Amino acid sequence: MTGTYRVRRGDVAESRNAVHFTFDGKSYQGLAGDTLASALIANGVHLVGRSFKYHRPRGFVSAGSEEPNALVGVGATQSRYTPNLLATQVEIYDGLVAESQNRWPSLETDAGFLNEYFSAFLPAGFYYKTFMWPRTAWKKLYEPVIRRMAGLGKAPAEPDADRYTQVFAHCDVLIVGAGPAGLAAALEASNSDATVILCDEQAEMGGSLLSDRSASIDGMQAADWARAALDELRKRPNVKLMSRTTAFGWYPHNFVGLNERVTDHLSNPATNQPRERLWQVRAKEVVLAAGAIERPLVFTDNDRPGIMLAGAARTYVNRYGVVPGKQVVVFTACDSAYRAALDLKAAGARIQVIVDLRKSVSGYWVDKARAEGIKVRSDSIVRGTSGWLRVKSAQISNAQGGDAETVACDLILMSGGFTPSVHLFSQSRGKLSYSEELRAYVPGESVERERSVGACKGLFALESVIESGAKGGRDAAAKAGFPPHGERSYAVSAQSVGADAFIGSVMTDHQAEKRAWVDFQNDVTAKDVRLATREGFRSIEHVKRYTTTGMATDQGKLSNMNALGVVSKQIDVAVPKVGLTTFRPPYTPTTFGSFAGQSRGDLFDPVRKTSIHAWAEAQGARFEDVGVWKRAWYFPQVGEDMHAAVARECKATRESVGIFDASTLGKIEIVGKDAAEFMNRMYTNAWTKLEPGRLRYGVMLREDGFIMDDGVVGRMATDRFHVTTTTGGAARVLSMMEDYLQTEWPDLEVWLTSTTEQWSVIALQGPNARKVLEPLVDGIDLSADAMPHMSVREGRICGVPTRLFRVSFTGELGFEVNVPAGYGRAVWEAIFAAGKPYGITPYGTETMHVLRAEKGYIIVGQETDGTVTPDDAGLGWAVGKAKRDFVGKRSLSRPALVREDRKQLVGLLTTDPKVVLEEGAQIVLDPTHPIPVPMIGHITSSYWSATLNRSIALALVRGGRSRMGEELSIPMPDGVIKAKVVDSILFDPKGERLNA
Amino acid sequence: MLLINCPYCGPRPEAEFANGGQAHIARPADPMSLTDDEWAAYLYMRDNTKGLHHERWRHANGCGRFFNASRDTTTDVIKRTYRMGERPEAEHQGAKP
Repeated sequence: MTGTYRVRRGDVAESRNAVHFTFDGKSYQGLAGDTLASALIANGVHLVGRSFKYHRPRGFVSAGSEEPNALVGVGATQSRYTPNLLATQVEIYDGLVAESQNRWPSLETDAGFLNEYFSAFLPAGFYYKTFMWPRTAWKKLYEPVIRRMAGLGKAPAEPDADRYTQVFAHCDVLIVGAGPAGLAAALEASNSDATVILCDEQAEMGGSLLSDRSASIDGMQAADWARAALDELRKRPNVKLMSRTTAFGWYPHNFVGLNERVTDHLSNPATNQPRERLWQVRAKEVVLAAGAIERPLVFTDNDRPGIMLAGAARTYVNRYGVVPGKQVVVFTACDSAYRAALDLKAAGARIQVIVDLRKSVSGYWVDKARAEGIKVRSDSIVRGTSGWLRVKSAQISNAQGGDAETVACDLILMSGGFTPSVHLFSQSRGKLSYSEELRAYVPGESVERERSVGACKGLFALESVIESGAKGGRDAAAKAGFPPHGERSYAVSAQSVGADAFIGSVMTDHQAEKRAWVDFQNDVTAKDVRLATREGFRSIEHVKRYTTTGMATDQGKLSNMNALGVVSKQIDVAVPKVGLTTFRPPYTPTTFGSFAGQSRGDLFDPVRKTSIHAWAEAQGARFEDVGVWKRAWYFPQVGEDMHAAVARECKATRESVGIFDASTLGKIEIVGKDAAEFMNRMYTNAWTKLEPGRLRYGVMLREDGFIMDDGVVGRMATDRFHVTTTTGGAARVLSMMEDYLQTEWPDLEVWLTSTTEQWSVIALQGPNARKVLEPLVDGIDLSADAMPHMSVREGRICGVPTRLFRVSFTGELGFEVNVPAGYGRAVWEAIFAAGKPYGITPYGTETMHVLRAEKGYIIVGQETDGTVTPDDAGLGWAVGKAKRDFVGKRSLSRPALVREDRKQLVGLLTTDPKVVLEEGAQIVLDPTHPIPVPMIGHITSSYWSATLNRSIALALVRGGRSRMGEELSIPMPDGVIKAKVVDSILFDPKGERLNA
Repeated sequence: MLLINCPYCGPRPEAEFANGGQAHIARPADPMSLTDDEWAAYLYMRDNTKGLHHERWRHANGCGRFFNASRDTTTDVIKRTYRMGERPEAEHQGAKP
């Protein structure tokens, strides 16, 4: 038994396999090729969801991606569960598990429908009006309740078990939509050497042709012609056919995003198949053949299960072989519904009456309906319906009012004409123009290399649809540089359904409009939309946001034009003047998985590791992220917490020797005849007189005068500098250098090369650093006289070439050993072994931070925040006063940058030495000052200093250097902390240790 | 994603490039001779063009070269890309010397 509503599909006798699935825990049987919607309808099921706000029972409105109501959750397990899928698009397979959403305890008896009785209190904008008072009730009462009621599906509770991939593709012609226009376009465009991609969101290509039993093309029934055309296209090597593939977004320069659903329709997908592929297609030319979407009519109680679009019913009967109802009332403003009624009648349904809004009706389809004995009532409306879980009757009256006749039915078909799907065209920034005849927007002037064909252009007669598709296909191929080899003709035999249409509400009685739905999914009625205009909203963009019409997951595919119609009539302004809401990607909801692709878990972000990383890992180091680098943070020994480990590492370095991996420092080799001149211009310091073999601490500003980066620079030769940058700033610095070099001073002979990854840098710091290194070094005299602080020598260490820096970021005697990165680990281990007699101790970034803070050395990005000048940071000494110019120099004399009350870097010592301040805490003069308390600065660095056996801090304080000895206040949630302003150098202010 | 024609490498996707702001704003030869207002104008004042806009791009994840592009800000259509030191086409208004 495959359902009591099953009828023979088309004229073909066929056998379709039975497919078993469950919906809300109940087992059903469908046939291969069914969607969840057609299979449920075959079983007489129309109630599939509850509306968002009032929890009204809802059924299928459509048969496609425009469906507003039939949202379901699909998936037998949480790791493969997807909420908010459209039952009209979900293909059934054996074992499919689907459930309805937004109901409790069950779909038939949902408690949320109580909202229905309070609907008078839930008008448009009720969020803004109702929950403003009392303020305290928001968090405790309103928000939790709203959160429980709100939302549609449930997010899955487990990580997605599926795999998603991404593909880049190029083609000459991309055709979106494989209905009659798209197929004709593909046949023509591929009759050339152009590469063609034809995509369609549905499982089977052919679009409206698959639902058409009356038209014929080239002597074949429409659906057969579509299949023959596809067979022909499949044989052409220059054509790629992509079904189940939605062109969801247009991005500039003919870049179109396609989402291909690879396995969702399969019972047992192969394990090597991704669930979805995101195609990023760059097409030379695009043909948009996206079709059109039928519009609902807005009348009272137009949302009951069993009320659907006429074209959808036609699709269910002709394409899927299910009849959505047996007693049918048709309500229409155009001829196409007559065609649908006749198809349903042929399938055995009884057409009670066709109610037509138009004053007088005539033509082929009307005559045919009358000839088949169908009652036609013109100038009339359906002004109400009855039935709770399924429609039971329609109330029909004259369009102007008067007595109503009640007609029993289990299905009401509606049609207000068709809205061209201009989404991609509009996303491509094409200009839309309003067609008074179609009551819809149609494509106007193109901006990108695309053309719209067929129904999405506002053409509805099959003959002109195919003709425009064929022309568009030929045009696209020719414009892409591949003129087609010929033209073919299409013998189309079809009766036109005209292009009559209606927008807005059909109701004359405004009181009755409170249940005349405009937007089904978001529960917006014609009354809500009129209320918005009464409250002063004029632009459709504002009406949309106030009422939420068009803001549901269907993005107003069915509702936008009707909302426009209601507003236009209410404020008596022509539709184009009311405006149009923006079409934004994606066309239909697209999974996060598709966009994330492989970028999840370990592959989410690239990770950079130094050549010494594995050694640190083996030692049990904890790591921290610095940009995308992993840096050893501290090296805990058994039983140590971070505090204990850092205290030990600091003590060992100050007392004997510590070893630190500084390889992540940015490094740039600056070479050329004009290298020194270039350095002069880029850095605040003077470089001309720096001798080869010497180092200098360099400060780089942005042109606005604020510190951008710093680092130690070695002059290797008159024409060669070894520049170091901060770990995070390396790319930024190189880019800025390139900018000036290429665009401002192209006359300078200088070459810049990033060498960050070429050098491993091993810092050896502490009073015993020299003793450890000396035996390992060849050709370099390490003695204090031969190699003073801030010098660099080239030679060998452990037989490996080195640039050996004598430099210190700790305040101790120190060296930084640069060796080619491939030797980094080996040299590190050799130094570590040589240091054993001295108790050599590896330390991480936390200890490095403490040691440098004790010395008042800044870290760019910690002491600076893009508003700190060299003088603010106490680096005025590094600015070459005699230099005529350097990047940022002119800004340093701007009035705001020379004010005396600028924030300046100072040290802060808490009155209670045990209290460690919080970095980022604000500093005030008088904590008893009424709020807002004027803030005079903030803490930039704060640590426990094992060396000084007390807490230390650095801070930026207004006029800080003139406040030495002053006591300041740092108000915290649990009390005010007092601290004294001191010099920023807290340890060895004379630098005796460093020069040892 | 824009398709940008690097004058050195040919058309490449936008992801390979970094935008460098408005083009044809030369750094003053002698900044110290400028008044505060003149210098502030150089530092901060930029056109907010609706229409054809000349801007700098760097093929950061490619050849590394800076170049200029004339882009219509209303459509994102890039009319032309050209090398540093070259002038925008004469008919393009709004270009500064």
